[in-house]
Amino acid sequence: MTPFQLRELQGRRDFLQNCASGIGVMALADLLTLDGLTAAPTPGGPLQPAAPHFAPKAKNFIFMFMEGGPSQYELFDHKPALDQYHGSPLPKSQTEGLEFAFIQPSASILASSVPFRRYGQCGMELSELIPHIGSCADDICLVRSMHTDSFNHHPGQLLLFTGTIQMGRPSLGAWISYGLGSESRNLPGFVVLTSGPGGTSGGSTNFASGFLPSHYQGTVFRQSGDPILYLGNPPGVSRSTQRASLDLIRDLNRQHGESTGDAEIASRISNYELAFRMQTAAPELTDLSTEPAGIRELYGLDRTDKAERQFAANCVLARRMVERGVRFVLMMDHGWDDHTEINKKIPKRTRKIDRPTAALLKDLKQRGLLEETLVVWGGEFGRTPMVELRRPEDASYAGRDHQPSAYSLWMAGGGIQGGQVVGRTDDFGIRIEEDPIHVHDLQATLLHCLGLDHTRLTYRYMGREFRLTDVAGRVMEKLLV
Amino acid sequence: MTCKYRVLIVFGLLGAGFGMASPSAAVPDQLAQEVRSLLENHCVQCHGPSQQLNGLRLDSREGAIEGGYSGPSLVLGDGGASALIRRLTSDDPTARMPLAAPPLHPDQIKVLTRWIDQGAPWPRGTMVRSDSDSVFPKQDRHWSFRPIDRPRTLPESPKPWDRSPIDSLIRNRLEQEGVAPSPMAPKETLIRRVSLDLTGLLPSVEEVEAFLADERPDAYERLVDRLLASPRYGEKWARHWLDLARYADSDGYEKDLLRPHAWRWRQWVIQALNRDLSFDEFTIEQLAGDLLPEASVEQRVATGFLRSGLKNREAGVPRGQVRFEETVDQTNTMGTVWLGLTLGCAQCHDHKYDPLSQKEYYQFLAFFNQTQAREMDAPLPGEMEPYLEEFPRYRQQRKELLDNGEISIPRLQARWETMLLEAAEHPGKHLDWDDILRGAILNELDRALELFRSGPAGRTWRENDRVTHYFFKYTGPEIARDEALSEKLKDLKGKLAELETSFPDVTRAYVIQDMRAATHIALRGDYRAPGVQVQPGTPAWLPSFHNGMEPPRLRLARWLVDEDNPLTARVAANRFWQELFGSGLVRTPEDYGIQGSKPSHPALLDWLGSEFMRQEWSRKQMLRRLVTSATYRQASRVERNSEEMDPENVLLARQSRLRLSAELIRDAALSAAGVLDSRVGGKSVRPPQPDWVSEITYGKSDWESSSGADRFRRGLYVLFKRSAPYPQMVNFDAPDASATVCRRDRSNTALQALNLLNDPVFLEAARFLAVRTLREAPPRWEDRLHLIYHLCLSREPGPAELRRFRRFFERQRAIFQEEPESVKDLAAGSGSDLDSLQVALWTTAARAVLNLDEFITRE
Repeated sequence: MTPFQLRELQGRRDFLQNCASGIGVMALADLLTLDGLTAAPTPGGPLQPAAPHFAPKAKNFIFMFMEGGPSQYELFDHKPALDQYHGSPLPKSQTEGLEFAFIQPSASILASSVPFRRYGQCGMELSELIPHIGSCADDICLVRSMHTDSFNHHPGQLLLFTGTIQMGRPSLGAWISYGLGSESRNLPGFVVLTSGPGGTSGGSTNFASGFLPSHYQGTVFRQSGDPILYLGNPPGVSRSTQRASLDLIRDLNRQHGESTGDAEIASRISNYELAFRMQTAAPELTDLSTEPAGIRELYGLDRTDKAERQFAANCVLARRMVERGVRFVLMMDHGWDDHTEINKKIPKRTRKIDRPTAALLKDLKQRGLLEETLVVWGGEFGRTPMVELRRPEDASYAGRDHQPSAYSLWMAGGGIQGGQVVGRTDDFGIRIEEDPIHVHDLQATLLHCLGLDHTRLTYRYMGREFRLTDVAGRVMEKLLV
Repeated sequence: MTCKYRVLIVFGLLGAGFGMASPSAAVPDQLAQEVRSLLENHCVQCHGPSQQLNGLRLDSREGAIEGGYSGPSLVLGDGGASALIRRLTSDDPTARMPLAAPPLHPDQIKVLTRWIDQGAPWPRGTMVRSDSDSVFPKQDRHWSFRPIDRPRTLPESPKPWDRSPIDSLIRNRLEQEGVAPSPMAPKETLIRRVSLDLTGLLPSVEEVEAFLADERPDAYERLVDRLLASPRYGEKWARHWLDLARYADSDGYEKDLLRPHAWRWRQWVIQALNRDLSFDEFTIEQLAGDLLPEASVEQRVATGFLRSGLKNREAGVPRGQVRFEETVDQTNTMGTVWLGLTLGCAQCHDHKYDPLSQKEYYQFLAFFNQTQAREMDAPLPGEMEPYLEEFPRYRQQRKELLDNGEISIPRLQARWETMLLEAAEHPGKHLDWDDILRGAILNELDRALELFRSGPAGRTWRENDRVTHYFFKYTGPEIARDEALSEKLKDLKGKLAELETSFPDVTRAYVIQDMRAATHIALRGDYRAPGVQVQPGTPAWLPSFHNGMEPPRLRLARWLVDEDNPLTARVAANRFWQELFGSGLVRTPEDYGIQGSKPSHPALLDWLGSEFMRQEWSRKQMLRRLVTSATYRQASRVERNSEEMDPENVLLARQSRLRLSAELIRDAALSAAGVLDSRVGGKSVRPPQPDWVSEITYGKSDWESSSGADRFRRGLYVLFKRSAPYPQMVNFDAPDASATVCRRDRSNTALQALNLLNDPVFLEAARFLAVRTLREAPPRWEDRLHLIYHLCLSREPGPAELRRFRRFFERQRAIFQEEPESVKDLAAGSGSDLDSLQVALWTTAARAVLNLDEFITRE
């Protein structure tokens, strides 16, 4: 038997085994087929599901990345001292050694105009701008003591997603795909959803495979047109033509596989079949018309504002993907970089994300999926307590600069202890007083929830073993159940 | 500097005497003995003979005084001021010594302080047995650091199979393992293989016919010579060099601005390959072409190699960080490309595996730290004359436009420059000016402040134009407040752009030139923590670096291609091998160090390396040698037994089937379709792609699809925007151009299937191929299929394939009967003289062939 024959046989045996392991499985298989789902990807292929290092708390992962640096002062970390000292600079002792992208450390303090209140049984203090998210407080673990190394967007995003400020390393999602493979047979295991007015600073580097093989990179899904690049048949190619062509290609490839003995050809055949299945499964996935009225209302799918609808739809899609075995959904929402007019822009943006975000948490919970789905919400850094004023004559133009030394983000779901606040910052929110969590620590903890040991998830490249957390990273037990 | 050395020399002499007639006889011996045991027990393990972390040795007085990368550790006579004591008492757990061990007792620290106070008399007796000064004694150096050893005696009794020493060395190993080599591949396979390998293109139908008919014994060698003489050879092999050079048409990172002149360097590479510029000259010109005596324009253009890396222009990023990262990247790239070493590991600390110290790393870096970026006119043939002729008229018209009586740009711009300089000197004082200065200009306009300070009179006209360009781009807060003026300037900006494009210009290039700058070790790899200063130099464990009158960077380039350098020729020869056989003889082409893999055929690697130099570094000669070997010409069929024994084909009992690269897949489809553009060189092009590909990035879409022949250029010329690369390139494993890449993946994915099936570029190619077939082949369907097979696969279809296609046509015809619209869509734009149904049918057939594994594979 040649390697080609061997791999072909593996593929068929795998299929038969799936069908033959009992009626329950058969029924499930039918159900899943209806839903656009089936089991295991290409046998022997690189994306075959792999065992984690230890029993995971979370099977799925939704990262709601709020690109640009959401302000902790308007959302998560209430600082009355800002009101008190509004207009005067921070004490010199506070600003020593600080460096910002645009402003000088001597810039004056900007009060936050947003009231805070307590939410949930745990009494978590959050902004009044996010009442829906607040209503999930008992499921949320709020971290007020995140810190990072870079005060610029792209390096900051690279650090968050690839563990270093240089380009070229694999992203978080690629590492996860590399470590765990894909559960979905008809869809990519790592999907990217975008929203907001523009593109992200990190662009494709936030979901690229870096030096890992390219099949680990994220696949971008679109809401309109083709959800995946080149998914739709071109004009003139109907589904019957596509099937007839694929049959022809498969048979000719198989003949050539027999004559060359090369197992790569068997993989090529499987990948053409997977492509064909994706052509059905992906549009089914993105067709939200089947969602019942209650769900549409919960997420706000029918809101009048286009940006709000788009974000809501992404939240529904994230849930549908998780249901269909997509392991990692990276949502990237552009536009949280409030250098200007922060008082005008933040309420607009929270209006957009608050309801759908909470809906996603509640919907996952009511379906029993929250327990096995890790959800993270946050940006690449926070913002300064000091003002950035690009139009000195116009106080309403005030915004905040980037701040890497202390910022907030929150998590929920699989493996995370909800209803708690971790970390504390000083009166001005500029230095961490308790439980500092570096981006590398966050990464180590997220991988831990997925059953991966960040020190063991390594790949050999350029003469050494690389890992997401570089040479650092601690699993933060405090965040975990 | 001088002062420190004087101290060193004096104490060095004292230290050298220790152990014999001791100069420290008057010193209280007890204190010295106590110090000795403290150093021995707590310090020397990390700072002694076996390792010198952070460059520090505490087993000798000279070492202790000189200190490590962060400077001297002792201030003689003042213990409290000494770095040694500071580090023992530090509050910072990452700085306090001994690291990861309990701190010394305060009494112990007192002893050490007193000892330094007393001038640090060295204890009697040898401290620790130091039997070797180097961890890597010369005699058992790692294989790749040893000189290349050309095998003098090749295996005895060459067999009939052998065509060259390569084959004898391969067969020798096969015989040892008891495996027989494969028979020669059929001639059709051979011509397709060698055409793809040497020129990256499919052979034409006529070329295949001629080769099959050529029965001369050297028919194959003649074919090889013809291919090596083709200008397509330079295009094919340029792409490999571009991977190594991390070439792209944009800066990368957030801004990712386009580099409109980057292609000029690519052009240089193509031409250098086509004229077979020897690899040593090729090396010297790219690393130091600007330093050659009377450097020509082309030699300076060659230095674009060093300009091909990333550049971070995001607002607010510290310039020092950007500069440091660029220099680190240049150093690491040089290390990988020529030495096959992972130099980058020593950026933060001594290399963990290879004998490269952090200091030696920064000595390498010092060569590149003494450079600065420049842009120069690099006219191509035919450009200069019309340019010069029109130049005075252009300058006159430009002047009149910008100073037209109503508006004076020179005046407005002068004020603008003054304010920006003012804002630069007083950060935080002019917030609105800070916005454009720090938010854009400092990062986008190289040397902005230097240019502003020079003023219009001190700048070249190109520099003046560039400053004016930025004036129009970011006019600043004062003009913004004057709406009428803003409108006028916007209008003027448009007119200026029109004027600029209406006159002939010359092509420009990004180059480098020398600059004086001191280099310090960056402690822990952090540019903000400078350690001791270093001079340009190469590591002691490699052949010595020649002092001389030439500038250091030029001497580095010459050192790399010195015949005594054991690495460069091996590394280069191995890359040729890798490209032709799928994997190198060394399977880690990026790492020839201790952690890299050993060569599967060491004698062959050395033979190839020495042969490369013997052939005066001619790449064409080298490739000719390789592709005419019997090893290369073997069939690639995988037999059961060879797969079990040697699944990775290390022994080379067969050739390997290799999926084509992203660029070559595009080239193959376009050339089979008969539409591939044949011009060599030129600017980058933008094939059609869905709008949203570039929308995901910060800069948004600036992708306007090319038209005319530009749409059908080779993959090599497709514009590579780092933050949003052309999707077909990404899908088929083109590197992301963030760092040097010396081997590409060959993945096999469902997204590739979707790409080939549904990308309009490939569907269009299928239609062209169908139309071409209908026009060129006799009307019998079998003849038409024959032509498609010959065009795409360089062979006849077999009987089973013909049968399968007959069935396909029956089914497809039935489908089209139901779908008249599909026929119309598929045949759209194919010409009115052809029958739409035929075009549609043959388009689907051609599309299937373009999707075959065999089509995108070099057999």
